[in-house]
Amino acid sequence: MYLTKDEERLLHADNPTIRKCMEILVAIGEIFNADRLINVKSVQISGISYQNIGDAGLEWIEGLNAKFVVKAMINPAGMDIRRWREMDIDKDFYRKQMRIINALISMGAESTLTCTPYYIEKPSFGDHLAWAESNAVVYANSLIGARTNRESGISALASGIIGKTPNYGLHVDENREPTVIVNVKEKIRSELLASILGLVVGERVANEVPYFRFPNTLSEWQLKVLGATLSAKGNTALFHVEGQTPEWSKFDVRSLEKIEIDGLKHEFDQELSKTCEPDLIALGCPHLSEWELEKLYELTRDKRAKKEFWVFTSRETMKKRGDLINALESRGIKVFGDTCMVVSPATEKFDCIMINSGKAFVYLPKLRGVNAKIAGMEDCVREGFNR
Amino acid sequence: MSSSQYNKNRESRIPCRKISGGVAEGEVIISRKNFSFLGDVDPDTGKVVAEDSDIYGESISGKIFAFPSGRGSTVGTYVLLRMKKSKTAPIAIINEITEPIIAVGAIISEIPLVDMVDLSLLRTGERLRIHADRAKCHIEILDRLDR
Repeated sequence: MYLTKDEERLLHADNPTIRKCMEILVAIGEIFNADRLINVKSVQISGISYQNIGDAGLEWIEGLNAKFVVKAMINPAGMDIRRWREMDIDKDFYRKQMRIINALISMGAESTLTCTPYYIEKPSFGDHLAWAESNAVVYANSLIGARTNRESGISALASGIIGKTPNYGLHVDENREPTVIVNVKEKIRSELLASILGLVVGERVANEVPYFRFPNTLSEWQLKVLGATLSAKGNTALFHVEGQTPEWSKFDVRSLEKIEIDGLKHEFDQELSKTCEPDLIALGCPHLSEWELEKLYELTRDKRAKKEFWVFTSRETMKKRGDLINALESRGIKVFGDTCMVVSPATEKFDCIMINSGKAFVYLPKLRGVNAKIAGMEDCVREGFNR
Repeated sequence: MSSSQYNKNRESRIPCRKISGGVAEGEVIISRKNFSFLGDVDPDTGKVVAEDSDIYGESISGKIFAFPSGRGSTVGTYVLLRMKKSKTAPIAIINEITEPIIAVGAIISEIPLVDMVDLSLLRTGERLRIHADRAKCHIEILDRLDR
């Protein structure tokens, strides 16, 4: 990989943090045959939950000595940093989690603590980014037409300190070409069907760039959920939708192999009919948008929750829409920021969590050891409010 | 072919690509399977705990650990760092083709890592010296074992 003189200097900098970050970017560039480093607009750093990275990660991050030179945003942590006691998070966990967050903030990261950085600072078409957090990667690439590989927490952090990323993978035009067509025969009318589609084809299109054909136009909500589920189930970092996503018309797809999808609900029947009795309903994987919060507000009008009902969104959205959050809280919903049902150990004490997210459906059993039941937002509200 | 001829046919200097720099000398342990530091090894002892591993039960700590490539979760990066801190980490890593989880783990843990190496040129138990301190990179076989 070609390095400019300035980049060479960083590779031999006196500051070990800068040297290490540069070594990381050069190593990744070498592994993937990148030709050079390119500037990034922003970074999204994952792997900041104390439960994931432990003392080794905490000490490593605290030992860093440099500032981010581009906008640096961070993923959800293991708890709501204000209402952690309500989540039964113990003090030791709280302290260690705060040390990780504070170390990142002291380096110049913004305390976004969300997996939806695209709602905080929406990138533009063609922007180069270094984002970890798979749902944000697939959203930025597919819905916006920005360019990012699936970074790890540490490679995104290194890019934030250097301001650059190796030029390979989805930064390069030819790698954004579709590799397989997915013909969906039925209309996708809900976020549940978008999740199910992701669960059904996720593994089949892992490591591919799928090109979807739908009989109807999908909403932002449905595309967000589809992307999150595809990236959790397979490794999808980019998909195109005919007639909808910003790059769909750039490519000739005539010779591509086709996957036909029909009878989604039927294909997924066994999973849908899982009979566990939900003791928690949890929405917000990925973090809810303002629009999703408004929808929930409409669905719960004049009602009061009869079961534990947790909602996760970003602190920024909570600040912006205090009215909405207060109204939801007054109906017995707990609205948490800074974390989610998948990264927080707080959800481990439940047996069966009802969710409307294909991504949470993949990760809750794996990471939190709980049963997950998937349904649409309407059914989740019915379960939580009408019994 | 006699064993002495066989010996002559095996180079004692093997070229490689430097990913994480440094010099290391020690005994090599080879696995033919892709490895994840999250789950495949007990970080407190350095013993391989993956039951389907061809080196199940063996220790990689203090050795040069050679395996084809990495796999699995990026959290594995931090496991390598934890092993380095508790002195159970391998002293160097050799891969056929490395990948970012192992590469980043080796860099932040300051463990030499080289790749682009044909692992069939090595035998478990051989003493190796890895030179990955400059732009050039090679592995020296110090005492060669043959089948």
